Amino acid sequence: MKQARFEQQYRPLWDSLEQQLEQMEALRVSRKKRLPLDRFVADYRQLCHQLALARERTYSLELQQYLNNLVLRAHRQLYRYNPPLADRIGEFFASGFPAAVRRQWKWHLVSALSFVLSIALAWILVQQQPEMIYTVVDEAMLSDLELMYQPEDAASSDIHAGREGEDDVLMFGYYIKNNIGIAFRTFAGGLLLGVGAIFVMLFNGSFFGAIAGHLINTGGHEAFFTFVIAHGAPELTAIVLAGGAGLRLGWSIIAPGQWSRLDALRLAARDALPTMYGVFALLLLAAFIEAFWSPRDFDATIKYSVGATCWALLYLYLFFGGRQRGAGKG
Amino acid sequence: MLIDERFEVETPEGAMLSLSLAGPVTRAMAYGIDLTLRLLIFAVLAFVLGMLGKMGIGLLLIIGFALEWFYPTLFEALRHGQTPGKKAMGIAVVHANGSPLSFNGSLIRNLLRTADAFPLFYLLGFITTLISPRYQRLGDMAANTLVVHIEQTGTTRKQHNGPANPPDWPLSSQDQLALLAFHERQDQFSEARQQELAQLAFPELSPPLALQRLRSVTRYLLEGAQ
Repeated sequence: MKQARFEQQYRPLWDSLEQQLEQMEALRVSRKKRLPLDRFVADYRQLCHQLALARERTYSLELQQYLNNLVLRAHRQLYRYNPPLADRIGEFFASGFPAAVRRQWKWHLVSALSFVLSIALAWILVQQQPEMIYTVVDEAMLSDLELMYQPEDAASSDIHAGREGEDDVLMFGYYIKNNIGIAFRTFAGGLLLGVGAIFVMLFNGSFFGAIAGHLINTGGHEAFFTFVIAHGAPELTAIVLAGGAGLRLGWSIIAPGQWSRLDALRLAARDALPTMYGVFALLLLAAFIEAFWSPRDFDATIKYSVGATCWALLYLYLFFGGRQRGAGKG
Repeated sequence: MLIDERFEVETPEGAMLSLSLAGPVTRAMAYGIDLTLRLLIFAVLAFVLGMLGKMGIGLLLIIGFALEWFYPTLFEALRHGQTPGKKAMGIAVVHANGSPLSFNGSLIRNLLRTADAFPLFYLLGFITTLISPRYQRLGDMAANTLVVHIEQTGTTRKQHNGPANPPDWPLSSQDQLALLAFHERQDQFSEARQQELAQLAFPELSPPLALQRLRSVTRYLLEGAQ
């Protein structure tokens, strides 16, 4: 068959396929304009056949290219996977996220240990030798911190008093940009053989520990702890989880096991992604608490009990959320 | 391993798809366009929201965060793997099997951007792109994605009417492809260049006659005897 006849014979099929594809590729199609798609699969199979014929009979390169591109587009539409979004989100928070965290508990444990141990080390060092604090922060920042968390009885000019709704929104934006950015970078840093993730854990851990130790020395610890205890639960947990997910990536390159390094990396990324969705949600929650609840002045007992409840609920959720009853390991 | 900018995928139906991979320069230019666009959006919003006081700055920080982390992901996931910059450069992100980019795939490759940007100016990403046989940066490797050229196909061809004669030599499939390619591209050449090319096929004829003869042969290949 000559090319011109071939084109003439199948052009209507190609045109109709193009129309169907345009509809599938569009984000929204009005109900009236919608075409029936029940012939799509059969048409696609014919098209594959015609591409093979065009190559076998060495029809012109332009026609081959046209058919190739059409097959490519149809292939994309046929093999895409897109279940409804709302179901997936519900399912994710009910069981997907805590299960994903538990599946990689080893990495999160390593990340948590490096974080907690560096907190403890810096804390003890600063409490024993107060001048050690200057190895972590400089003087200007330190006086800011002391002003922020000075003991209650001297609290006339602290940032919490005279704070308005507008400041809350400003800080909310700041916490989102800063904290979530750090978590995402920690995850990506893990790809560099885990070094980036560990570094962030040690750095932030010792910073936090040193500040806490220093404020105990200067007597500002109550203002500090009542401020951080509630949002600390989701925030610190999320940073640790991001570090754990990053370590998982880095380890897949260091020790890929029975896979090639490329495949191990792919598997690790697919495994770690649900954790990162969860980290994002936790940090949104943390930013919300930190901006709108933590700066409120309530009795220390109330702040501590709310904070303790946050920690308890979060860890109950992470340890037991989505476990099947009697199914053993999640 | 063969380094080539074409990448072949076999579909379950047995058809071979051929993708044309995009190199680092094209991708860097697309990134530059996106970066400019993001800065412009941010500048305009900063101007507008700046008038709202602290509330506005809070919103601006959130938008800045979203522009930094979700701008590529949202565009790639919703616009067939193309951010505006990629669209301008005619490239798109697809999964390695040629299927369209999923939200997860896009998120992985964009979250890991920081590692590719390490230590400065995407140096690590640039090096991995050059080493990788499929031009993948680290994020692409983890997400198993490729950046490919989206090819434009024009099927509008000028019709040249006239006689159609069979070739006077046994035609190999290579010859046939060359002749058909000439038929499709002849409008891009000047008349003199066409005659020059035609003389390669028919050195014994004068240039105008050779071109006439060549056109009748390609017409025969395309449409058969009339």
